[in-house]
Amino acid sequence: MSTITVTVNGKAHTSTVEPRTLLVHYLREHLNLTGTHIGCDTSQCGACVVHVDGKSIKACTVLAVQVDGASVTTIEGLAPAGELHPLQEGFWECHGLQCGYCTPGMIMAAADLLQQNPNPSDDEVRHGLEGNLCRCTGYHNIVRAVQYAAAKMRGDEVTA
Amino acid sequence: MTAEAPTKVIGKALKRREDPQLIVGQGNFLDDIKLAGMVHAVVLRSPYAHARIRSIDTSRAQAHPGVVAVFTGEDMLDINPLPCAWAAAGGRVQNNLNTPRALAVGEVHFAGDAVALVLAEDRYVARDAADLIDVDYEPLGVVVDARKAVEPGAPQLHENAPNNVIFKWDCGDAAATDAAIGSAEVVVREEIINQRLLPTPMETRGALARYESSTGEYTLWTTSQAPHVMRLLLTAFVFGIPEPKLRVISPNVGGGFGQKIFCYNDMAFTMWASKKIGRPVKFVEDRSENFKYSTAGRDHISDVEIAGTRDGQITGLRVQTYANLGAYISTIAPGIPTTLYGRIITGVYKIPAAYAHVTGVYTNTAMVDAYRGAGRPEASYLIERMIDRFAAEIGMDPAEVRRRNFIQPQDFPYHNGMGLLPYDSGNYEPALNRALEMVGYADFRAEQARARAEGRYLGVGLSSYVEICGVAPSAWIGLPGEGWGAGLWESANVRVHLTGQVVVTTGSLPHGQGLETTFAQLVADELGVAYENVVVEHSDTAGTPFGYGTYGSRSAAVGGTAIVKSTAKIKEKARRLAAHMLEASVDDVVFEDGKAYVRGSPDRSKSIGEIALQASVAYSLPEGMEPFLDETTYYDPPNCTFPFGTHIALVEVDGETGAVTLQRYVGVDDVGTVINPLIVDGQLHGGIAQGVAQALFERGVYDDNGQLVTGTLMDYAIPVASSLPSYELDRTVTPSPVNPMGVKGAGEAGTIGSAQAVMNAVIDALAPFGVKHLQMPATAERVWKAMHG
Ligand code: FES
Ligand code: FES
Repeated sequence: MSTITVTVNGKAHTSTVEPRTLLVHYLREHLNLTGTHIGCDTSQCGACVVHVDGKSIKACTVLAVQVDGASVTTIEGLAPAGELHPLQEGFWECHGLQCGYCTPGMIMAAADLLQQNPNPSDDEVRHGLEGNLCRCTGYHNIVRAVQYAAAKMRGDEVTA
Repeated sequence: MTAEAPTKVIGKALKRREDPQLIVGQGNFLDDIKLAGMVHAVVLRSPYAHARIRSIDTSRAQAHPGVVAVFTGEDMLDINPLPCAWAAAGGRVQNNLNTPRALAVGEVHFAGDAVALVLAEDRYVARDAADLIDVDYEPLGVVVDARKAVEPGAPQLHENAPNNVIFKWDCGDAAATDAAIGSAEVVVREEIINQRLLPTPMETRGALARYESSTGEYTLWTTSQAPHVMRLLLTAFVFGIPEPKLRVISPNVGGGFGQKIFCYNDMAFTMWASKKIGRPVKFVEDRSENFKYSTAGRDHISDVEIAGTRDGQITGLRVQTYANLGAYISTIAPGIPTTLYGRIITGVYKIPAAYAHVTGVYTNTAMVDAYRGAGRPEASYLIERMIDRFAAEIGMDPAEVRRRNFIQPQDFPYHNGMGLLPYDSGNYEPALNRALEMVGYADFRAEQARARAEGRYLGVGLSSYVEICGVAPSAWIGLPGEGWGAGLWESANVRVHLTGQVVVTTGSLPHGQGLETTFAQLVADELGVAYENVVVEHSDTAGTPFGYGTYGSRSAAVGGTAIVKSTAKIKEKARRLAAHMLEASVDDVVFEDGKAYVRGSPDRSKSIGEIALQASVAYSLPEGMEPFLDETTYYDPPNCTFPFGTHIALVEVDGETGAVTLQRYVGVDDVGTVINPLIVDGQLHGGIAQGVAQALFERGVYDDNGQLVTGTLMDYAIPVASSLPSYELDRTVTPSPVNPMGVKGAGEAGTIGSAQAVMNAVIDALAPFGVKHLQMPATAERVWKAMHG
């Protein structure tokens, strides 16, 4: 067993975990942050994407012990309670989700994408989200949702 | 309460009420649920595709720290195998019904078959312990291909099914078709393979069961598209217990696409084990288990002949299909390649003579059952591919061949002669024309010729489809010979509470379709109340009326109609009560836009809120009227609905590598009246993506030993965002006469219309190489071989 201290969504947690515990299981099972999902076992789907020290990672591909001392943001902490991040708003406005299973990971990956490229082309959005699979939407409205958020974050006029 | 009637919301692109919780991570999916004392279940699966189990030694696993119990199939002999609807119906499956048990007993029939169950305090420990179980297998012969499985000498899966044949089924007119083909000017023959697909909802499947010994009651949370049906099947058929002893709840379900309709072994073994150990038991598949064990889709091999005249008239169609149904029969598996396939094989065309023969076959593979479209994509792909083959053969524009053979508007209701209820309504040519206009078809051939001169290979592919939605009518689906066991009617209860709040409970349930939003829109307009004041409750057998669930694009047409019929009853009662309140004659009172008023003096009125209050407090009701506005409908539609449309794909094939790029995708769909265009377009987008994926990327592959080669998302290529284009959609609207809203259904249309549009485009691009047909998916390797082989 290992003891780790991790700041998750601004709150410090000290926990005892097995060295093999995946970050995604740590978040879901130990901290009850079930917004981060699991869609595969080979690091393909991106349902599990969270931010570690501001960068998106697949939480199924990182051990909890590897984030000892780090700061983790999950979908639950992306915006203050009762408020929506522009991406969350965009996904809602543009029908960027259907079943919603891929959505938390998709939004977290898109948030990182927009940090790096605040004014992406549709093509850049599509390539930037290659690590995230959605089976419901065919991606069309996900691209629109990300563009909605990008425009809003740049302070441009937005249209759903 | 004299507020203005709220603005109408049907037809408005309201954003979904389902979303607020999902976008902030507050969804409640199966694996998010934790119960006190809950244990985790892991299944030990067979590594062999076919083997006798000589012995199972679980002692080392039992002794592993943290393990609560280990069970095998022998332990669960007190429950029955899972049921198949076709057995109940006395369908054409005769005496050879082999459905799975909770865990295999004596023999395993595919790689991934469930052999033992480990329960532990922690899922990691359960997985560790599963590795400590020793199973002694005696491997047996394996067959994975349906055509090979029926050959003499092929390995046999089940003693009661000689030559692995589950059924032989046919429809249409064999003699007339033989005659039409025998005397035709032109006959084109092709082997058409509709490959196995893995549905791949992003959430895998699972079950969580809790048994309470004090009451003898079970609660089952499961990733199901049809919780009431699961309750019926598990209680009446598997456990033999009274139906009220089980409550089934579908929490948020992360996509279904058909795979989550069926009754699965995990539902049975979590229930059984929970009773046995006295603790809640949770099982959630990992992705590779989902691919190995949960149902796959399609997997047809067909020999097809299409006949016609040199001037483009189709005169006959003959289809002989081998449908691979896997190692056991899943819940409605035989119904897919028969009822939902053979009967619509003629598509949008008037074909005077047609015949389909289907052989259902066991193989050492995972079970095959409905996957988005379920039979209709297979039918649509086949006829649309053959129309193009025929057009190429006679040297006619494929758009023109379609036009010449379309069922005409005046032909509806149209009987296609294949034992289907009549197509309800349609007007196929405007959708074709609009799609052709959107892609600039007239100019495309010139551009294609220019590109070819530069060594670039462009292709255009058409698909004019029709499909069957609202799969429910007892007059068809419930017929004893059809094999489904029952008509698939749907239910809805609508009640108006004393506060004016409207509560709808329905047997339909969403897993991405936005039904809460759509249904609330319907009810708001019907009753003339604010959209915000309508609550839609679903997905829990406690508190909702029995319903058959959500699949087959049936929820708007069947579930929605049940709701509308309940609102009609509410309005009628409200009118009678209002007459009493207004001291007017019932005949003089009309209900409109949320209020009842005396005809000719609209000031003498009562709003639905006032009427609901009066109905609830109940101190002054007309003679004999019961309190409360509360009405239930069980709606069995007289017919299905038949959406249609034309999809067109434009592709470029790289002459060097064979790689296909989908450049544009245009869809003109007619799904009848549209309640929420945002949601309908979303359904079409997702559906198109899955059809495009079949054409270009996906194929579930077994090797000759029955090992699933595409067992993870690393090997099974569902599309990413960068491999798909934006979709260009438009629609025509031909309301369905079958239901009061005129809706047809949109959940599967995209998938049914799309694969052949892309394949026809790829094959069109390859015309300079003499390529006449190519099997899906059109991977770079296959295309390159076709060009250079
Ligand atoms: S769970 Fe699929 S990438 Fe992490
Ligand atoms: S919304 Fe269902 S997987 Fe993306």
